[in-house]
Amino acid sequence: MSAVLGRRVGLTGNDAVALAWRQIDPDVVAAYPITPSTQIVERFSQYVADGEVQTQFLAVESEHSAISACVGASAAGARVMTATSSQGLALMHEILYVASGLRLPIIMVVGNRALSSPINIHGDHSDTMGSRDAGWIQLYCRDVQDAYDRTILAVRIAERARLPVMVCLDGFTLTHSLEPIEAYPDEEVQEFVGEGPADGYALLGGGEPISVGPLALPDSYMEFRRALAAAMERAREVIAVETEAFNTRFGRALPAFVEKFEMDDAEEAFLLMGSYADMVRDAVARWRRARRVGMVRLVTFRPFPAEEVARALGRIRHVHVLERADTLSTLGGPLGIEIRAALYDRVVRPAVTDVVFGLGGRELTDGEIDGLLRAPGAGDRLRYLGVRQEGGCR
Amino acid sequence: MAGSVTWRQLDRGPVIPGGTSRGFSTGDWRQEAPILDLDRCVHCMLCWLYCPDSSILVAGGRVVGIDYEHCKGCGICAAVCPPRASAIRMEAEGA
Repeated sequence: MSAVLGRRVGLTGNDAVALAWRQIDPDVVAAYPITPSTQIVERFSQYVADGEVQTQFLAVESEHSAISACVGASAAGARVMTATSSQGLALMHEILYVASGLRLPIIMVVGNRALSSPINIHGDHSDTMGSRDAGWIQLYCRDVQDAYDRTILAVRIAERARLPVMVCLDGFTLTHSLEPIEAYPDEEVQEFVGEGPADGYALLGGGEPISVGPLALPDSYMEFRRALAAAMERAREVIAVETEAFNTRFGRALPAFVEKFEMDDAEEAFLLMGSYADMVRDAVARWRRARRVGMVRLVTFRPFPAEEVARALGRIRHVHVLERADTLSTLGGPLGIEIRAALYDRVVRPAVTDVVFGLGGRELTDGEIDGLLRAPGAGDRLRYLGVRQEGGCR
Repeated sequence: MAGSVTWRQLDRGPVIPGGTSRGFSTGDWRQEAPILDLDRCVHCMLCWLYCPDSSILVAGGRVVGIDYEHCKGCGICAAVCPPRASAIRMEAEGA
Protein backbone atom coordinates (compact mmCIF):
# COMPACT_ATOMS: atom_id res chain seq x y z
CA MET A 1 0.00 0.00 0.00
CA SER A 2 2.77 2.45 0.92
CA ALA A 3 4.18 2.28 -2.59
CA VAL A 4 1.15 3.89 -4.20
CA LEU A 5 0.80 6.92 -1.96
CA GLY A 6 0.96 10.39 -3.33
CA ARG A 7 -0.80 9.41 -6.50
CA ARG A 8 -4.10 8.14 -7.82
CA VAL A 9 -5.24 4.86 -6.37
CA GLY A 10 -8.46 2.90 -6.60
CA LEU A 11 -9.99 2.38 -3.17
CA THR A 12 -13.36 1.68 -1.64
CA GLY A 13 -14.61 4.16 0.94
CA ASN A 14 -13.80 1.76 3.76
CA ASP A 15 -10.28 1.15 2.48
CA ALA A 16 -9.75 4.88 2.00
CA VAL A 17 -10.76 5.53 5.61
CA ALA A 18 -8.47 2.72 6.83
CA LEU A 19 -5.65 4.24 4.78
CA ALA A 20 -6.30 7.65 6.34
CA TRP A 21 -6.22 6.04 9.79
CA ARG A 22 -2.92 4.33 8.96
CA GLN A 23 -1.44 7.65 7.90
CA ILE A 24 -2.80 9.43 10.97
CA ASP A 25 -1.56 6.58 13.19
CA PRO A 26 -3.93 7.27 16.11
CA ASP A 27 -2.96 6.22 19.63
CA VAL A 28 -6.03 4.07 20.20
CA VAL A 29 -8.68 2.46 18.00
CA ALA A 30 -11.45 0.57 19.75
CA ALA A 31 -14.07 -0.84 17.41
CA TYR A 32 -16.53 -3.62 16.84
CA PRO A 33 -17.05 -4.43 13.17
CA ILE A 34 -20.55 -4.01 11.75
CA THR A 35 -21.80 -3.90 8.18
CA PRO A 36 -21.15 -1.79 6.13
CA SER A 37 -18.21 -0.26 7.99
CA THR A 38 -16.61 -3.63 8.86
CA GLN A 39 -13.70 -3.35 6.43
CA ILE A 40 -12.43 -0.16 8.04
CA VAL A 41 -11.75 -2.15 11.18
CA GLU A 42 -10.61 -5.21 9.21
CA ARG A 43 -8.06 -3.34 7.12
CA PHE A 44 -6.88 -1.26 10.01
CA SER A 45 -6.34 -4.26 12.27
CA GLN A 46 -4.20 -5.67 9.46
CA TYR A 47 -2.07 -2.51 9.59
CA VAL A 48 -1.77 -2.99 13.33
CA ALA A 49 -0.81 -6.66 12.92
CA ASP A 50 1.77 -5.76 10.29
CA GLY A 51 3.33 -3.15 12.54
CA GLU A 52 2.58 -0.30 10.14
CA VAL A 53 1.08 1.78 12.96
CA GLN A 54 1.83 2.21 16.64
CA THR A 55 -1.88 2.18 17.49
CA GLN A 56 -3.22 0.29 20.48
CA PHE A 57 -6.07 -1.66 18.88
CA LEU A 58 -8.82 -2.80 21.24
CA ALA A 59 -11.01 -5.63 19.94
CA VAL A 60 -13.99 -5.15 22.22
CA GLU A 61 -17.16 -7.20 22.67
CA SER A 62 -19.70 -4.59 21.61
CA GLU A 63 -20.07 -1.08 20.26
CA HIS A 64 -21.04 0.13 23.73
CA SER A 65 -17.63 -1.04 24.94
CA ALA A 66 -15.91 0.36 21.85
CA ILE A 67 -17.08 3.89 22.45
CA SER A 68 -16.59 3.53 26.21
CA ALA A 69 -12.96 2.55 25.63
CA CYS A 70 -12.64 5.50 23.26
CA VAL A 71 -13.96 7.83 25.95
CA GLY A 72 -11.47 6.51 28.52
CA ALA A 73 -8.52 6.67 26.16
CA SER A 74 -9.46 10.11 24.90
CA ALA A 75 -9.85 11.41 28.44
CA ALA A 76 -6.33 10.17 29.06
CA GLY A 77 -5.12 12.42 26.24
CA ALA A 78 -4.89 9.87 23.43
CA ARG A 79 -5.90 10.48 19.81
CA VAL A 80 -8.76 8.04 19.35
CA MET A 81 -10.84 6.66 16.47
CA THR A 82 -13.63 4.20 15.92
CA ALA A 83 -16.03 3.15 13.19
CA THR A 84 -19.56 1.83 13.22
CA SER A 85 -22.93 1.65 11.49
CA SER A 86 -26.63 1.40 12.22
CA GLN A 87 -27.43 -0.77 15.24
CA GLY A 88 -23.85 -0.38 16.39
CA LEU A 89 -24.23 3.37 16.53
CA ALA A 90 -27.55 2.92 18.29
CA LEU A 91 -25.84 0.74 20.89
CA MET A 92 -23.28 3.52 21.41
CA HIS A 93 -26.00 6.11 21.90
CA GLU A 94 -25.70 6.49 25.65
CA ILE A 95 -21.94 7.02 25.54
CA LEU A 96 -22.09 9.46 22.62
CA TYR A 97 -23.42 12.01 25.08
CA VAL A 98 -20.61 11.25 27.51
CA ALA A 99 -18.01 11.83 24.77
CA SER A 100 -19.41 15.22 23.79
CA GLY A 101 -20.24 16.24 27.36
CA LEU A 102 -16.64 15.55 28.35
CA ARG A 103 -15.49 17.45 25.24
CA LEU A 104 -13.43 14.57 23.92
CA PRO A 105 -12.14 14.89 20.33
CA ILE A 106 -13.00 11.32 19.28
CA ILE A 107 -13.28 10.63 15.54
CA MET A 108 -15.95 8.18 14.47
CA VAL A 109 -16.47 7.09 10.88
CA VAL A 110 -20.00 5.89 10.26
CA GLY A 111 -20.96 3.76 7.28
CA ASN A 112 -24.55 4.99 7.19
CA ARG A 113 -27.13 2.22 7.28
CA ALA A 114 -30.82 1.81 8.00
CA LEU A 115 -32.05 0.83 11.45
CA SER A 116 -34.21 -2.19 12.30
CA SER A 117 -36.91 -3.20 11.99
CA PRO A 118 -37.20 -4.72 9.46
CA ILE A 119 -33.53 -5.74 9.49
CA ASN A 120 -31.75 -4.06 6.62
CA ILE A 121 -28.03 -3.70 6.01
CA HIS A 122 -28.22 -1.06 3.29
CA GLY A 123 -27.67 2.63 3.26
CA ASP A 124 -29.77 5.48 4.56
CA HIS A 125 -29.22 8.19 7.16
CA SER A 126 -31.50 6.89 9.92
CA ASP A 127 -28.60 5.90 12.16
CA THR A 128 -26.65 9.16 12.30
CA MET A 129 -29.84 11.23 12.28
CA GLY A 130 -30.73 9.39 15.46
CA SER A 131 -27.54 10.80 16.97
CA ARG A 132 -28.14 14.32 15.80
CA ASP A 133 -28.72 15.76 19.27
CA ALA A 134 -25.79 13.97 20.90
CA GLY A 135 -23.46 16.94 20.61
CA TRP A 136 -21.23 15.47 17.89
CA ILE A 137 -20.12 17.41 14.85
CA GLN A 138 -21.48 15.58 11.80
CA LEU A 139 -19.93 15.74 8.33
CA TYR A 140 -21.54 13.96 5.34
CA CYS A 141 -19.33 12.76 2.51
CA ARG A 142 -20.03 12.91 -1.17
CA ASP A 143 -17.59 10.37 -2.58
CA VAL A 144 -14.60 8.24 -1.61
CA GLN A 145 -12.15 11.11 -1.98
CA ASP A 146 -14.36 13.18 0.29
CA ALA A 147 -14.43 10.36 2.86
CA TYR A 148 -10.63 10.10 2.79
CA ASP A 149 -10.18 13.87 2.96
CA ARG A 150 -12.71 14.48 5.71
CA THR A 151 -11.36 11.66 7.88
CA ILE A 152 -8.02 13.48 7.92
CA LEU A 153 -9.63 16.90 8.27
CA ALA A 154 -11.88 15.71 11.10
CA VAL A 155 -8.85 15.18 13.34
CA ARG A 156 -7.99 18.86 13.30
CA ILE A 157 -11.62 19.93 13.62
CA ALA A 158 -12.24 17.63 16.61
CA GLU A 159 -9.09 18.60 18.46
CA ARG A 160 -9.44 22.32 17.91
CA ALA A 161 -13.20 22.49 18.50
CA ARG A 162 -12.71 20.05 21.40
CA LEU A 163 -15.77 18.08 20.30
CA PRO A 164 -16.20 14.60 18.86
CA VAL A 165 -16.78 14.28 15.11
CA MET A 166 -18.74 11.80 13.01
CA VAL A 167 -17.61 11.38 9.42
CA CYS A 168 -20.59 9.89 7.58
CA LEU A 169 -20.33 7.73 4.46
CA ASP A 170 -23.36 6.32 2.70
CA GLY A 171 -23.41 2.58 3.34
CA PHE A 172 -22.31 0.49 0.32
CA THR A 173 -22.69 3.43 -2.07
CA LEU A 174 -19.46 4.83 -0.62
CA THR A 175 -18.20 2.21 1.81
CA HIS A 176 -18.00 -0.49 -0.86
CA SER A 177 -17.64 1.39 -4.16
CA LEU A 178 -14.22 1.43 -5.70
CA GLU A 179 -13.29 4.90 -6.88
CA PRO A 180 -10.05 6.49 -8.01
CA ILE A 181 -8.78 8.89 -5.37
CA GLU A 182 -5.69 10.94 -4.79
CA ALA A 183 -3.89 9.75 -1.65
CA TYR A 184 -1.35 11.99 0.00
CA PRO A 185 2.11 11.00 1.20
CA ASP A 186 2.20 9.74 4.79
CA GLU A 187 4.46 12.53 6.00
CA GLU A 188 2.13 15.21 4.65
CA VAL A 189 -0.85 13.72 6.44
CA GLN A 190 1.14 13.38 9.65
CA GLU A 191 2.36 16.91 9.39
CA PHE A 192 -1.19 18.17 8.87
CA VAL A 193 -2.74 16.34 11.82
CA GLY A 194 0.22 17.09 14.09
CA GLU A 195 1.12 15.49 17.36
CA GLY A 196 -2.24 14.77 18.92
CA PRO A 197 -4.58 16.52 21.32
CA ALA A 198 -2.14 18.79 23.12
CA ASP A 199 -4.63 19.73 25.79
CA GLY A 200 -6.21 16.39 26.63
CA TYR A 201 -7.17 15.74 30.20
CA ALA A 202 -4.02 13.66 30.63
CA LEU A 203 -5.72 11.37 33.09
CA LEU A 204 -2.52 9.35 33.38
CA GLY A 205 -0.09 12.20 33.00
CA GLY A 206 0.92 12.47 36.64
CA GLY A 207 0.39 15.59 38.68
CA GLU A 208 -2.71 16.12 40.76
CA PRO A 209 -5.41 13.46 40.50
CA ILE A 210 -8.56 14.55 38.64
CA SER A 211 -12.09 13.27 38.38
CA VAL A 212 -13.56 13.29 34.85
CA GLY A 213 -17.32 13.31 34.45
CA PRO A 214 -18.52 13.83 38.00
CA LEU A 215 -22.10 14.24 39.17
CA ALA A 216 -23.57 17.65 38.40
CA LEU A 217 -26.86 18.28 40.15
CA PRO A 218 -29.46 20.99 39.38
CA ASP A 219 -27.11 23.67 40.69
CA SER A 220 -24.58 23.13 37.89
CA TYR A 221 -25.75 20.72 35.15
CA MET A 222 -27.35 23.44 33.07
CA GLU A 223 -24.19 25.54 33.01
CA PHE A 224 -22.29 22.57 31.57
CA ARG A 225 -24.92 22.05 28.87
CA ARG A 226 -24.98 25.73 27.98
CA ALA A 227 -21.17 25.68 27.69
CA LEU A 228 -21.45 22.64 25.40
CA ALA A 229 -23.90 24.52 23.16
CA ALA A 230 -21.38 27.36 23.02
CA ALA A 231 -18.66 24.92 21.97
CA MET A 232 -20.87 23.76 19.11
CA GLU A 233 -21.43 27.39 18.14
CA ARG A 234 -17.68 28.03 18.12
CA ALA A 235 -17.14 24.86 16.07
CA ARG A 236 -18.46 26.71 12.99
CA GLU A 237 -15.40 28.90 12.96
CA VAL A 238 -13.11 25.93 13.57
CA ILE A 239 -14.69 24.00 10.68
CA ALA A 240 -14.30 26.97 8.36
CA VAL A 241 -10.68 27.63 9.32
CA GLU A 242 -9.55 24.01 9.30
CA THR A 243 -11.27 23.20 6.00
CA GLU A 244 -9.46 26.16 4.48
CA ALA A 245 -6.16 24.94 5.96
CA PHE A 246 -6.81 21.49 4.50
CA ASN A 247 -7.61 22.88 1.06
CA THR A 248 -4.45 25.00 1.06
CA ARG A 249 -2.26 22.12 2.19
CA PHE A 250 -3.58 19.45 -0.15
CA GLY A 251 -4.73 21.57 -3.09
CA ARG A 252 -8.40 20.70 -2.78
CA ALA A 253 -11.60 22.73 -2.76
CA LEU A 254 -13.70 21.06 -0.08
CA PRO A 255 -16.71 23.11 0.94
CA ALA A 256 -16.95 23.53 4.71
CA PHE A 257 -20.73 23.79 5.04
CA VAL A 258 -22.61 23.73 1.75
CA GLU A 259 -21.68 22.93 -1.81
CA LYS A 260 -23.64 24.83 -4.45
CA PHE A 261 -24.20 23.86 -8.07
CA GLU A 262 -25.92 26.15 -10.58
CA MET A 263 -27.39 28.21 -7.74
CA ASP A 264 -26.49 31.72 -8.97
CA ASP A 265 -29.75 32.25 -10.85
CA ALA A 266 -31.70 29.21 -9.72
CA GLU A 267 -35.42 29.45 -9.02
CA GLU A 268 -35.89 25.90 -7.79
CA ALA A 269 -33.39 23.66 -6.11
CA PHE A 270 -32.63 20.26 -4.68
CA LEU A 271 -31.01 20.09 -1.27
CA LEU A 272 -29.42 16.90 -0.01
CA MET A 273 -26.56 15.30 1.92
CA GLY A 274 -24.23 12.53 0.87
CA SER A 275 -23.51 10.42 -2.15
CA TYR A 276 -26.49 11.17 -4.35
CA ALA A 277 -25.09 14.62 -5.08
CA ASP A 278 -23.47 13.54 -8.35
CA MET A 279 -26.66 11.99 -9.62
CA VAL A 280 -28.73 15.03 -8.77
CA ARG A 281 -26.07 17.28 -10.27
CA ASP A 282 -26.40 15.35 -13.52
CA ALA A 283 -30.14 15.83 -13.42
CA VAL A 284 -29.69 19.56 -12.80
CA ALA A 285 -27.29 19.78 -15.74
CA ARG A 286 -29.81 17.89 -17.91
CA TRP A 287 -32.66 20.19 -16.98
CA ARG A 288 -30.71 23.42 -17.11
CA ARG A 289 -31.77 24.29 -20.67
CA ALA A 290 -35.43 24.11 -19.74
CA ARG A 291 -35.48 25.21 -16.10
CA ARG A 292 -33.49 27.35 -13.71
CA VAL A 293 -32.74 24.54 -11.34
CA GLY A 294 -29.82 24.16 -8.96
CA MET A 295 -28.51 21.96 -6.19
CA VAL A 296 -27.22 22.50 -2.68
CA ARG A 297 -25.34 19.75 -0.88
CA LEU A 298 -25.14 20.04 2.86
CA VAL A 299 -21.77 18.87 4.19
CA THR A 300 -21.99 19.87 7.84
CA PHE A 301 -25.21 18.87 9.58
CA ARG A 302 -23.98 19.58 13.13
CA PRO A 303 -23.50 22.38 13.89
CA PHE A 304 -26.35 23.20 11.52
CA PRO A 305 -25.23 25.85 9.00
CA ALA A 306 -28.49 27.80 9.08
CA GLU A 307 -26.92 31.01 7.79
CA GLU A 308 -25.30 29.30 4.79
CA VAL A 309 -28.47 27.38 3.99
CA ALA A 310 -30.61 30.50 4.15
CA ARG A 311 -28.17 32.39 1.95
CA ALA A 312 -27.96 29.57 -0.58
CA LEU A 313 -31.74 29.32 -0.81
CA GLY A 314 -32.40 33.05 -0.54
CA ARG A 315 -34.01 33.59 -3.92
CA ILE A 316 -35.37 30.15 -4.56
CA ARG A 317 -39.11 29.67 -5.05
CA HIS A 318 -39.23 26.00 -4.22
CA VAL A 319 -36.74 23.60 -2.71
CA HIS A 320 -36.98 19.81 -2.75
CA VAL A 321 -35.20 18.48 0.32
CA LEU A 322 -34.05 15.00 -0.65
CA GLU A 323 -33.37 13.01 2.46
CA ARG A 324 -32.72 9.45 3.50
CA ALA A 325 -34.37 9.35 6.92
CA ASP A 326 -37.73 10.00 8.50
CA THR A 327 -38.47 11.34 11.97
CA LEU A 328 -41.88 9.65 12.04
CA SER A 329 -43.11 12.81 13.73
CA THR A 330 -45.45 13.05 10.70
CA LEU A 331 -43.79 16.38 9.93
CA GLY A 332 -41.21 14.78 7.64
CA GLY A 333 -37.53 13.93 7.77
CA PRO A 334 -34.95 15.52 10.07
CA LEU A 335 -33.27 17.48 7.31
CA GLY A 336 -36.49 18.99 5.99
CA ILE A 337 -37.57 20.03 9.46
CA GLU A 338 -34.24 21.78 10.09
CA ILE A 339 -34.25 23.44 6.70
CA ARG A 340 -37.68 24.84 7.50
CA ALA A 341 -36.42 26.00 10.90
CA ALA A 342 -33.44 27.69 9.27
CA LEU A 343 -35.71 29.55 6.85
CA TYR A 344 -38.61 30.42 9.12
CA ASP A 345 -37.33 33.81 10.27
CA ARG A 346 -36.54 34.94 6.72
CA VAL A 347 -38.91 37.39 5.14
CA VAL A 348 -38.38 35.81 1.73
CA ARG A 349 -38.28 32.06 1.82
CA PRO A 350 -38.88 29.20 -0.56
CA ALA A 351 -41.66 26.66 -0.40
CA VAL A 352 -40.16 23.48 1.06
CA THR A 353 -41.15 20.01 -0.03
CA ASP A 354 -39.59 17.32 2.07
CA VAL A 355 -38.86 14.31 -0.11
CA VAL A 356 -38.00 11.14 1.78
CA PHE A 357 -36.25 8.65 -0.52
CA GLY A 358 -33.81 5.77 -0.52
CA LEU A 359 -34.67 4.27 2.84
CA GLY A 360 -32.93 0.95 3.45
CA GLY A 361 -30.88 1.31 0.27
CA ARG A 362 -33.78 1.76 -2.14
CA GLU A 363 -32.45 3.28 -5.35
CA LEU A 364 -33.20 6.75 -6.53
CA THR A 365 -33.68 6.80 -10.29
CA ASP A 366 -33.13 9.55 -12.84
CA GLY A 367 -36.80 9.16 -13.73
CA GLU A 368 -37.85 9.92 -10.17
CA ILE A 369 -35.72 13.06 -10.03
CA ASP A 370 -37.17 14.15 -13.38
CA GLY A 371 -40.61 13.39 -12.01
CA LEU A 372 -40.04 15.84 -9.17
CA LEU A 373 -39.33 18.58 -11.66
CA ARG A 374 -42.27 17.66 -13.89
CA ALA A 375 -44.68 17.63 -10.98
CA PRO A 376 -42.97 19.74 -8.31
CA GLY A 377 -45.92 19.72 -5.94
CA ALA A 378 -45.08 23.12 -4.44
CA GLY A 379 -47.98 22.76 -2.04
CA ASP A 380 -46.80 19.37 -0.82
CA ARG A 381 -45.17 19.43 2.55
CA LEU A 382 -43.98 15.84 2.53
CA ARG A 383 -43.55 13.24 -0.18
CA TYR A 384 -42.22 9.71 -0.10
CA LEU A 385 -40.39 8.93 -3.30
CA GLY A 386 -40.20 5.52 -4.87
CA VAL A 387 -42.71 3.83 -2.59
CA ARG A 388 -44.77 1.13 -4.24
CA GLN A 389 -48.46 1.77 -3.97
CA GLU A 390 -51.69 1.13 -5.85
CA GLY A 391 -51.21 2.35 -9.38
CA GLY A 392 -47.39 2.30 -9.21
CA CYS A 393 -44.61 4.31 -7.56
CA ARG A 394 -44.58 7.96 -6.75
CA MET B 1 -19.37 24.94 42.57
CA ALA B 2 -22.88 25.46 43.88
CA GLY B 3 -24.29 28.60 42.37
CA SER B 4 -21.00 30.39 41.73
CA VAL B 5 -19.56 29.30 38.38
CA THR B 6 -21.13 30.66 35.18
CA TRP B 7 -21.36 28.67 31.94
CA ARG B 8 -18.67 30.79 30.33
CA GLN B 9 -16.21 29.50 32.91
CA LEU B 10 -16.87 25.87 31.97
CA ASP B 11 -14.81 25.67 28.81
CA ARG B 12 -13.38 22.20 29.43
CA GLY B 13 -16.32 20.04 30.35
CA PRO B 14 -16.89 18.44 33.73
CA VAL B 15 -13.46 17.84 35.24
CA ILE B 16 -12.85 18.40 38.91
CA PRO B 17 -9.96 17.76 41.29
CA GLY B 18 -9.68 14.20 42.58
CA GLY B 19 -10.80 13.22 46.07
CA THR B 20 -13.66 15.69 46.37
CA SER B 21 -15.99 12.98 47.68
CA ARG B 22 -14.06 13.09 50.95
CA GLY B 23 -16.19 16.11 51.68
CA PHE B 24 -19.47 14.19 51.31
CA SER B 25 -21.07 12.23 54.07
CA THR B 26 -22.07 8.85 52.62
CA GLY B 27 -22.70 7.41 56.04
CA ASP B 28 -26.02 9.07 56.64
CA TRP B 29 -28.10 6.58 54.68
CA ARG B 30 -26.57 3.60 56.48
CA GLN B 31 -29.07 1.02 57.77
CA GLU B 32 -26.58 -1.33 59.38
CA ALA B 33 -23.29 -0.38 61.01
CA PRO B 34 -20.15 -2.52 61.28
CA ILE B 35 -19.05 -2.91 64.88
CA LEU B 36 -15.35 -3.61 65.26
CA ASP B 37 -14.06 -5.66 68.19
CA LEU B 38 -10.40 -4.68 68.35
CA ASP B 39 -9.68 -7.45 70.87
CA ARG B 40 -10.49 -10.05 68.20
CA CYS B 41 -8.92 -8.25 65.21
CA VAL B 42 -5.80 -9.94 63.76
CA HIS B 43 -5.01 -6.93 61.49
CA CYS B 44 -5.05 -9.02 58.31
CA MET B 45 -6.22 -5.91 56.38
CA LEU B 46 -8.82 -7.77 54.30
CA CYS B 47 -11.52 -5.32 55.43
CA TRP B 48 -9.27 -2.39 54.50
CA LEU B 49 -8.58 -3.99 51.09
CA TYR B 50 -12.22 -4.69 50.26
CA CYS B 51 -13.94 -1.61 51.72
CA PRO B 52 -15.37 0.30 48.72
CA ASP B 53 -15.51 3.55 50.70
CA SER B 54 -12.04 3.63 52.28
CA SER B 55 -13.78 3.62 55.64
CA ILE B 56 -11.45 1.29 57.54
CA LEU B 57 -9.15 3.52 59.55
CA VAL B 58 -5.59 2.31 59.71
CA ALA B 59 -2.57 3.65 61.59
CA GLY B 60 0.89 2.15 61.74
CA GLY B 61 -0.18 -0.90 59.76
CA ARG B 62 -2.97 -1.75 62.24
CA VAL B 63 -6.73 -1.37 62.03
CA VAL B 64 -7.76 1.29 64.53
CA GLY B 65 -11.42 1.97 63.78
CA ILE B 66 -14.17 2.72 61.25
CA ASP B 67 -14.95 6.03 59.58
CA TYR B 68 -18.71 6.19 60.14
CA GLU B 69 -18.93 9.46 58.20
CA HIS B 70 -18.29 7.51 54.97
CA CYS B 71 -19.25 3.90 55.79
CA LYS B 72 -22.45 2.99 53.89
CA GLY B 73 -22.97 -0.15 55.92
CA CYS B 74 -22.59 -2.53 52.97
CA GLY B 75 -21.24 -5.27 55.21
CA ILE B 76 -18.38 -6.35 52.96
CA CYS B 77 -15.87 -5.85 55.80
CA ALA B 78 -17.84 -8.22 58.01
CA ALA B 79 -18.16 -10.74 55.18
CA VAL B 80 -14.42 -10.84 54.45
CA CYS B 81 -13.31 -10.83 58.08
CA PRO B 82 -11.71 -14.30 58.67
CA PRO B 83 -14.23 -16.57 60.48
CA ARG B 84 -11.75 -17.42 63.23
CA ALA B 85 -11.34 -13.73 63.99
CA SER B 86 -14.95 -12.55 63.45
CA ALA B 87 -13.87 -9.12 64.59
CA ILE B 88 -16.59 -7.24 62.69
CA ARG B 89 -20.33 -7.78 63.07
CA MET B 90 -23.18 -5.80 61.55
CA GLU B 91 -25.76 -4.17 63.76
CA ALA B 92 -28.92 -2.29 62.86
CA GLU B 93 -28.19 1.41 62.83
CA GLY B 94 -29.17 3.06 66.08
CA ALA B 95 -29.77 -0.31 67.76
